[in-house]
Amino acid sequence: MTRIASSARMVLAASLLAAFAFVLIGPLLNLALWSVAERWYTPYKLPVTYGTRYWEQVFRPTGDAMASLGTSVWIAVLTVIVALALSIPAGYALARLKLPMRALFMLMFLLPQAFPSVAIYINVARIFYGLGINGTVLAVVLVHATHGLVFSVWIAAAAFAAVDKDLELAARNMGASPLRAFFTVTLPLAAPGIIASGIFVFLESLDEFTGTFFVGVPQVTTLPLLLYNAAMGGNYQVASITALILLVPSVLFMLFIERFLRADVLAKVGA
Amino acid sequence: MPTELQSGPRSGAAIAVRDLQVAYGGTRVLHGVSLDFAPGSFTALLGSSGCGKTTLLRSLSGFVPVESGSIVVGGKDVAGLPPEKRGMAMVFQSYALWPHMTVLQNIGYGLKLRGKSKAEIAAKVAQMLSFLGLAGYEDRKVTALSGGQRQRVALGRALAIDPGILLLDEPLSNLDAKIRMTMRHEIRAIQQRLGLLAIHVTHDREEAMTMADRLVIMQAGRIAQIGTPEEVYDRPASAFVANFMGAENVLPLNIERGEGRASVTAGGTQATLAGEAAAALPAGEALAYFRDDVARLGAPDAAAAGGDLVVPGTIAARAYPGGTYRYKVAAAGREITVDDADRHELGTTIGLRIPLQRLHIFPASEAGIAA
Repeated sequence: MTRIASSARMVLAASLLAAFAFVLIGPLLNLALWSVAERWYTPYKLPVTYGTRYWEQVFRPTGDAMASLGTSVWIAVLTVIVALALSIPAGYALARLKLPMRALFMLMFLLPQAFPSVAIYINVARIFYGLGINGTVLAVVLVHATHGLVFSVWIAAAAFAAVDKDLELAARNMGASPLRAFFTVTLPLAAPGIIASGIFVFLESLDEFTGTFFVGVPQVTTLPLLLYNAAMGGNYQVASITALILLVPSVLFMLFIERFLRADVLAKVGA
Repeated sequence: MPTELQSGPRSGAAIAVRDLQVAYGGTRVLHGVSLDFAPGSFTALLGSSGCGKTTLLRSLSGFVPVESGSIVVGGKDVAGLPPEKRGMAMVFQSYALWPHMTVLQNIGYGLKLRGKSKAEIAAKVAQMLSFLGLAGYEDRKVTALSGGQRQRVALGRALAIDPGILLLDEPLSNLDAKIRMTMRHEIRAIQQRLGLLAIHVTHDREEAMTMADRLVIMQAGRIAQIGTPEEVYDRPASAFVANFMGAENVLPLNIERGEGRASVTAGGTQATLAGEAAAALPAGEALAYFRDDVARLGAPDAAAAGGDLVVPGTIAARAYPGGTYRYKVAAAGREITVDDADRHELGTTIGLRIPLQRLHIFPASEAGIAA
């Protein structure tokens, strides 16, 4: 009786695991398959001819993909710089100072997330047209940074709040100016959280589509826009390869988190 | 109290605190504290939690803004200066060691700020570590040290900058009992050797008494008494101080004063006191405070002799903490703790023999708060 029950449980566990694996890996497998399919049409269940022709096309130095990858990374780096330049002082202020409207400030950074993004971006695009910066990297960076600030300010505030104030006071007591104490004690101790928020902003920027579409097109082509164009044009191979390229930083981030950020640091986020 | 601003026999500067008021978000924590610290002296700020002792220390160090009053160090008012300009080194309760730095970096931090070269810092830190019994610990991570070792590193960090003034914010409260005893003597010895002005905040009466030359007992943001350990222990200035210094038994008295003598009534019995001791007693309702080792247990009908009160009571509880028995005796409507060498059974009626000379007696109207 127990043997039947236990084998039934095993079968159930195995099939759930298989289903989970399929849901998780299935789409990725499909992408991988498409990226090496030179010809694939109905009614065939698998590609007709395999080859790396499209990989070569994507990675050709003069190709669109490389150019848009460069644009994407450049925008992401600038976005991280802008977001951190704002979120480090803002996070420190929110964590340390007894601001009268602390909750309101926190809410303000959340607001961009509260409304439908398309509605916001259309208006942003209109304003940017007025300013004459639509279709520039600057416009895209500003949009990405606004989006990224939501996370980076909250994470930075949590990271700073987790640094015991006495550690900072001990530095002052030893003769350090406020700025010196911040750069030698507070910032290094909050660094893991700040770096994580920076990586998060980087990935968000790399991945961002809607905002880029409204304020960047047609002059600025990022990887997601290239993917969109390729997919719309029926070029699933290029779309798949672009999607796979986009996956790489996310996986690296996961590995970083796993390696460098301990659970207790992550637990302080949002606290 | 004379202000001692001229430099004393030792190197450190004197501190004169005048009418210091400190508030946290509208709540007044210190109500006009005035206090002098002589160079080379060791003062303990003692009080229960919330009495303002830590706030006083933190306002000295500049961590807490001062509402009004002055803090004069070596002839200069530092009340408005930021912490880094005050020249006082603090040892924190949490040690506040920087976990991202090694022992060398922690202790050398203040030296680096003062523009010392790498070699100078290394030499000074090595000297400090051997002084503290931690020779060769330079490259350890502070997170890998035990509590006692962290305590020493925190002390080393404070001492490395050769401060004239050392502030100690309950530095021993996170250590286990045995290391705490050792550290008491070590800190005291270091303070003596370097001739530092040390101010030590603690809620531990024994710690304060064994380490300090002078106790400052604080109560609700004010100074209740200042004195040597003997003065504060033997001659408490108020019921609060008596109670805080361990005289926890309370006995209501009625005192009638006559010509050169006073008759004291408690729990239906009476005793008389003559001479100077009688003259010091208040008249009327009073409360007597005394420690567990003051009263003796005897026969209930024993004659009251030589200014002793013999109050009848019954034994309510008994414990044996070692050496002597500790009894709870119900007498005069109170429960009184008494240490006695003899074993008595529960429920026995006994006479509580209390020598009047050893009581701390305060008028009931003043003592009410602590009773």
